[in-house]
Amino acid sequence: MMTTEVSDAMVEALAAVAGFAIEPAYRPGVAANLALLLERAALIATPPLDATIEPAPVFRA
Amino acid sequence: MPAPPSGVLAVSRAVRGGAVGARAVLEARLARIAALDPTLNAFTAVLADRARAEADAVDATIAAGGDPGPLAGVPFGVKANYDVSGRTTLAGSIVNRGRPAARADAVLAARLRAAGAVLVGIQNMDEFAYGFTTENAHYGATRNPRDTRRSAGGSSGGSAATVAAGLVECALGSDTNGSIRVPASFCGILGLKPTYGRLPRTGTFPFVHELDHVGPFARSVGDLALIYDCLQGHDAGDFACAERAPDLTAPFLGDLPAGIRVAVLDGWFADMADETARRAVATVAAALGAVDRVVLPGAEKARAAAFLLTMASAANLHREALTTRAGEFDPATRDRLLAGLLAPAGPVMQAQRYRHAFQREVRAAFERHDLLLAPATPCVAPLLGEPTFRVAGLDLPTRANVGMLTQPISFVGLPVVSVPVSAGALPIGVQIIARPWAEGLALRAAARLERQGVIRVEVAEP
Repeated sequence: MMTTEVSDAMVEALAAVAGFAIEPAYRPGVAANLALLLERAALIATPPLDATIEPAPVFRA
Repeated sequence: MPAPPSGVLAVSRAVRGGAVGARAVLEARLARIAALDPTLNAFTAVLADRARAEADAVDATIAAGGDPGPLAGVPFGVKANYDVSGRTTLAGSIVNRGRPAARADAVLAARLRAAGAVLVGIQNMDEFAYGFTTENAHYGATRNPRDTRRSAGGSSGGSAATVAAGLVECALGSDTNGSIRVPASFCGILGLKPTYGRLPRTGTFPFVHELDHVGPFARSVGDLALIYDCLQGHDAGDFACAERAPDLTAPFLGDLPAGIRVAVLDGWFADMADETARRAVATVAAALGAVDRVVLPGAEKARAAAFLLTMASAANLHREALTTRAGEFDPATRDRLLAGLLAPAGPVMQAQRYRHAFQREVRAAFERHDLLLAPATPCVAPLLGEPTFRVAGLDLPTRANVGMLTQPISFVGLPVVSVPVSAGALPIGVQIIARPWAEGLALRAAARLERQGVIRVEVAEP
């Protein structure tokens, strides 16, 4: 399993881009969860999906 | 006084036939709740006054020669994300305390009441349904009635625990990534997660709109099918609810049609399960004549995509509270949701598209098979507070991972009946997975297992 490094400073910077602030005490926990999210993102990043595959914002089973 | 009957069908038959009053059944359940719930912590509110009024109304209807309905006098509970008239829907949080009280019961609760059932109380859950263990910083942990040192599973843990312990005959929960199937597995009862869009979520507090399902728990297949039939039908209040007529299942629980092809899911679903879980699947497979094994190569990615969508979508839902009063959240939920607010758009869009990619893969599997089997959980119920569990040589965080075998299935909205198999002292669930809208077939398979004695649910005596 790969490990993705996310620093407290990255969390602070991303939150600023998103337009809010995260309390310093929460940043390590948020960083750990963001790292997990980015690991999962890497897992589905490749191979590229066929161009005919649409997003499923309203899913139909 | 003899003990009142147990189970949905037995209670409703006895009440409709005049053998016992709905009020008497209710009082027995309230007494059991008073005795056991201080240990189990499965209810966040017991609605005794309201329930007594409902039970008395059922008895009055019978006294007047009327029929209260197929669920006459059946005590049930709802997860804390269901609206209950006159109360604020807290969904396991304190964040929602300032919201107005619900003006009506959630549609599914109202449908059960219209069929004669009696709403007894509101049940504990992980905060906003974000967890698999019902360890809640605000309301405490729910204890598993099969072994009170252990987790009841989550996020519908209170609902499952109350059904397993005989505090109610059935309950309503929700399942976004496994939150019906995981607690059903750990508590040793049956749970049904219908096809995405089958049952209306109107009047429930959302977690992840595009993944949220609602469904029932019960202790027998006949009970589960009857409740499910009473719940079915379109409601315009839920944007995702399909406009389909009810597809009744309870009258059709006879044996499986000839030629039904059942397969065991291999790969991710076997690799990430321990020996006990694999043995439970083998038992069910043997009883259903499953020989083939099927690999869904995209299962791990489907799980990853569901994880990502959940984090980003739930975070967006709670953005206002997260950015102004994050301290009100359960710490375990808070950090995950705050991280979700920082998710880049690219992976979120990829996860949305991956849903259709995995759907293609699953459809191909259902061209060759009618039912697929997989463990509901990688292992039996873990001890409360256990930070990790071990599977495939890995120590994985419990709260976020015990749903790793349910998550890929709900990601593509397939209907699943989770059936409990005895695994020594503790039960474990097996998912019977059908193609979309084929809940009835999964229930028929479960009914066969029940007739064969493969599944048999006793009321737990904690």
